[in-house]
Amino acid sequence: MSDVDVVLVASRIRAEERALLEALRGRGVRHHVLDPRELIIEPTQSPIVDGVALIREISLTSARYTARALEATGSVTVNNSSVIEMCGDKALTALAFARHGVATPRTLVTLSEPAAVQACDEIGYPAVIKPVVGSWGRLVARVPDQETATNLLEHRSQLPGPQHRVTCVQDWVDKPGRDIRVLIVGDQPVAAMYRRSEHWRTNAALGAEPAPCRLTPDLAKLATDAARAVGSGVLGVDVVEDNDGRLMALEVNHGTEFRALQSVTDVDLADAIVEHVLGLVE
Amino acid sequence: MSTVACPDCAASVPVPGEALVSEILVCRECDSELEVVGVDPPLLARAPEVEEDWGE
Repeated sequence: MSDVDVVLVASRIRAEERALLEALRGRGVRHHVLDPRELIIEPTQSPIVDGVALIREISLTSARYTARALEATGSVTVNNSSVIEMCGDKALTALAFARHGVATPRTLVTLSEPAAVQACDEIGYPAVIKPVVGSWGRLVARVPDQETATNLLEHRSQLPGPQHRVTCVQDWVDKPGRDIRVLIVGDQPVAAMYRRSEHWRTNAALGAEPAPCRLTPDLAKLATDAARAVGSGVLGVDVVEDNDGRLMALEVNHGTEFRALQSVTDVDLADAIVEHVLGLVE
Repeated sequence: MSTVACPDCAASVPVPGEALVSEILVCRECDSELEVVGVDPPLLARAPEVEEDWGE
């Protein structure tokens, strides 16, 4: 029996959270689930939870505030709020990649519709337009020409909320029908998979098929560097290859889903995560 | 295995014995996503809609 209590923070129990709970049980770790929807945060110095918090909350907003609140009262969080904020915003991720020299497709960040159109012209067509917040490939668009870019960005400008004025415009990478997901735990790459799809968006959530992928030294280094750039933790790094085989990091996911990766690797991913979490406080 | 009426279409939805609070089940009749909000006894509610900031 471990002396550490682990609090799994989640409002939705997916296959990943169930696997993590089973891994905690398997190691005899005291644990419970904290649903952020039930949390009433009173700023105080009393610990909100007793133990290390594994943040698996599906909502970026709830994950950020919960992690911040727990940290303010002395709790260890994985991932911590800074990492969550950095990964949850593609503009901040792009800035972190640049600061740490991580290879990534050319990315321009704009704060208005006209600037975004100008950025598309600057990048050249086809260009990829991404909202700074969002996941599972939602609202990510490849625009083939200026007319399409102008139309799409005009639509984006009508969406409620100032966040929609912030846009990432990125070089489109002509990839070989797949990208790569690497799971980083702590500072270590643990496993990787290809995600194959007929569609240029190769998100597992959009139906991409997982396939085993060898963690070559180059892939491991790039993924580790990308994870370190945002602060390290339990992270899913998305990597794309161009047709010349050059590897580039696309983004880092703080609430990484790993059921697809688990289906193509013998590594017990949930147990590796739990081992890392326990190692932070033991 | 228990069954609970779907809050949307009233069809019987099987709730596995190992179901956990906050897990999502799908009604086979109407395809509604349902959240397990209680396990003893099993209770289901309409699952929250996916929000813009949800994801990985």
